[in-house]
Amino acid sequence: MTQGIVTVSYIGATILFILALGGLSHQETARRGNLYGMIGMAIAVLATILSNSVDSYWGIIFSMLIGGTIGLAMAQRVQMTEMPELVAILHSLVGMAAVLVGYANFMDSTVTLTGAEKTIHEIETYVGIFIGALTFSGSVIAYGKLSGKIDGKPLLLPARHWLNLAALILVFILGRAFLDGAETGGGMVPLLLMTVIALAFGIHMVMAIGGADMPVVISMLNSYSGWAASATGFMLNNDLLIVVGALVGSSGAILSYIMCRAMNRNFISVIAGGFGTTTGGPASDEEAGEVNPISPEETASLLLDAKKVIIVPGYGMAVAQAQHAVYEVTRFLREKGIDVKFAIHPVAGRMPGHMNVLLAEAHVPYDIVYEMDEINDEFPEVDVTIVIGANDIVNPSAKTDPNSPIAGMPVLEVWKSKTTIVSKRSMASGYAGVDNPLFYMENTRMLFGDARETMEEVYKGLSG
Amino acid sequence: MKIGIPKEIYPGENRVATTPEVAEKLIKLGFHVSIQSGAGEKANFSDAAFREVGVTIRRDAKSLYEKADIILKVRAPEPDEVDLFKEGSTLISFIWPAQNDALMKKLAAKKMTVLAMDSIPRISRAQKMDALSSMANIAGYRAVIEAAEHFGRFFTGQITAAGRIPPAKVMVIGAGVAGLSAIGTAKGLGAIVRAFDTRPEVKEQIESMDAEFLELDFEEDASGEGGYAKVMSKEFIEAEMNLFAEQAEEVDIIITTALIPGKPAPRLITEKMVKSMKPGSVIVDLAAEQGGNCELTEKDKVVVKHGVTIIGYTDLPSRLPTQSSQLYATNLFHLLSDLTPEKDGSINVNMEDEVIRGATVIKEGEITWPPPPPKITATPPKEKKPVEEVTVTEEVEQPKPLWKQVLPVTAAAIALLWVGSVAPATFMSHFTVFVLACFVGYMVIWNVTPSLHTPLMSVTNAISSIIIIGALIQVSAPSGIASLLAILAVFITSINIVGGFAVTRRMLEMFRKQEG
Repeated sequence: MTQGIVTVSYIGATILFILALGGLSHQETARRGNLYGMIGMAIAVLATILSNSVDSYWGIIFSMLIGGTIGLAMAQRVQMTEMPELVAILHSLVGMAAVLVGYANFMDSTVTLTGAEKTIHEIETYVGIFIGALTFSGSVIAYGKLSGKIDGKPLLLPARHWLNLAALILVFILGRAFLDGAETGGGMVPLLLMTVIALAFGIHMVMAIGGADMPVVISMLNSYSGWAASATGFMLNNDLLIVVGALVGSSGAILSYIMCRAMNRNFISVIAGGFGTTTGGPASDEEAGEVNPISPEETASLLLDAKKVIIVPGYGMAVAQAQHAVYEVTRFLREKGIDVKFAIHPVAGRMPGHMNVLLAEAHVPYDIVYEMDEINDEFPEVDVTIVIGANDIVNPSAKTDPNSPIAGMPVLEVWKSKTTIVSKRSMASGYAGVDNPLFYMENTRMLFGDARETMEEVYKGLSG
Repeated sequence: MKIGIPKEIYPGENRVATTPEVAEKLIKLGFHVSIQSGAGEKANFSDAAFREVGVTIRRDAKSLYEKADIILKVRAPEPDEVDLFKEGSTLISFIWPAQNDALMKKLAAKKMTVLAMDSIPRISRAQKMDALSSMANIAGYRAVIEAAEHFGRFFTGQITAAGRIPPAKVMVIGAGVAGLSAIGTAKGLGAIVRAFDTRPEVKEQIESMDAEFLELDFEEDASGEGGYAKVMSKEFIEAEMNLFAEQAEEVDIIITTALIPGKPAPRLITEKMVKSMKPGSVIVDLAAEQGGNCELTEKDKVVVKHGVTIIGYTDLPSRLPTQSSQLYATNLFHLLSDLTPEKDGSINVNMEDEVIRGATVIKEGEITWPPPPPKITATPPKEKKPVEEVTVTEEVEQPKPLWKQVLPVTAAAIALLWVGSVAPATFMSHFTVFVLACFVGYMVIWNVTPSLHTPLMSVTNAISSIIIIGALIQVSAPSGIASLLAILAVFITSINIVGGFAVTRRMLEMFRKQEG
């Protein structure tokens, strides 16, 4: 196959990838988009294998078959509540691949460049490996945190900002040494050292970030995996990699931005880690009042008397795997002619869109699932709002208390509905460690217990 | 333990202390429940309905009381009834210990434990057992219905072919539970409703029911302990009376519910005001039992004076027996379920519990009334601010100073120029592609619907494995290690490609529209 045809195939693949992302703008077109993505990938891979630069096939076919089988098995076995973990581990693979390709390229002696081109090439390799290693170790830690294998609390080393800075400076110095070494055919040692530092940097960065900031971290790693691909593209002089990497990189960056905005937080402060340690002093002295508990049976009868119900799911719903029970309740109420809607806060859950996927899995039709901005004005007309396993995203002090650590974060205004039922395991405060005045409000009822069990009991109460 | 429910013997009393529905729940708490034959008849609960849920029917009161460890009643017992009670048994009913001294002594002499439904403290935890509120709610409703019966016109305004009918004007005095219930009922019938209360904090509740709050030009707060009203100053009363006199000329129906605990009802409607009312007007006096808010009220009677019908019934809840029995029985059930925390059918009168302590007026023959005052008032403390929409975030967006806007752009331009001056041409062409691709990504991604953000991440993840291309090219490199690393990279990215696309597909399959 000539280089010209390969290039044309790459252009085709690029277009298909853009269409794949474009398809995600609507649920109706999303599936077709995914198909475009697959075709694009197939074209790109096939064209590369058939091109002149590849002449040994068995190793490729073998590793692709095994890898593909493993990937398929993972994709089919994963629980929807574990999506964030899966995405994190997949990100780590991209990072690792970027590192491997970088090293392979560095060791490949067939490429002969001179002068500025050579220098740029070395820089590209260096940067590619750096981002790749960072993505890899960061994603592995993110995976550990999400799956509960590592404590979700932020680990705050003393002088952590200085540590980060020192690491970065060291990376620059090593880069200089690497360039000098590469001139004379060496440079392996600084490269390896830098990789170790990048790995440590990634670990440290994600360790310092706590549970509810995970959506930002995941999006950020998503972005990094794209930049890693792009850097690899520069290194290999391959426009396809550059374009796709840039697409993915900007996608992740936008997601990070959306998540940060939804928490009213500065991207830098999230990445620097340590929520609540730098922002604001003590929270204002909101006295804890008395809460009104409610039983599942009473919840059921309240729901039956309602005309309009909004359900606000949070991470707690995912933890308790309550989405199916929630859907049973929803279906029952909708069959009774009660208007049931779902309200999703952008940072509910552990990754962007996490709640939507869980609800979709439980067969909740997507046209009754609304985003915060679409539905926030409807709360005053709502008879019953059920908050399941969410806390900070429904905390009124974000709006009322300028001293609160979450002040200014956009929240779902559930307290405006006639009755709010909060399903919660205990009175523990949310991730941000802020007390939630919602729980003490007169029209709030607390439904204590495991979300799934209580929702199942509510369903029994409805149908019984 | 055995619960016995007798037939109420007070003349005209139609209520009963339990219903089949509640009896079933009591049995679930572990009690044995028996009821006197015909006890529920007037409230439309037949013996058969009770038997069906497992309640034993006893022929007469004597055989019932013999066996009962716990007696549930509505009215305070008559002396003859007390004689029949088993020594040391428990009685739960309305008692009114302040007014019924002789009864209290008699019950104490029998070594009984007595819980008075009227003495349950008014704290939020005890709301579910607050029988006074339940009954007041019914009384308020019934008051409007009684008024409607004696009022010669519609409540609602209408425009008919035969002319315009003005809506009735109703004034409710005292916006407690009964008052609010009356407001709601009268509103429901279409009347124009005004309400007055000495406690300013109820203004919001009245207005939330779409009624008008009559305000006095006078500063005095009447909120007493436990959410009840207290006696007001002389000046206040004068201002209040002027307001009523003014309103009396205008309104068609007056419903009075003003009560001060432990005091005779305040006189609010004088004979002169009654005279000034339009003929055919109606006054319903819910305070008739405590002497009436209106001078001309006669207890338990409907009288017509100066052309105004004045209703002084004191048994309004009993006039809606099915509803009131049901609510009362549920209040009793909640109290009993607090008394039996183990759900084993035996009660534990725990004097540490604030609610139970308050309700218990006699414990094993020892009078424990009055209880220490409750600690928390039912109304929220005043200083608690309502949730205001203080927007914290929206700092006024000041336009950034010019240098702040220009600086990043200039810096970026300089950096680009520097790259352009030193980098070779091939790099620049790749760089162009890179920057353009970033912009394409930016445009495309903003259009992605937020609900598909998770699939977006998994699909971008899959396509970022395009790195596989790099690995594929390296596989054929002559260097052994490089080729090995490349094969490893191919392996890893294959996991990612297939896994990423497959899981995206699986997720997207799940997003579906509602059927039909």
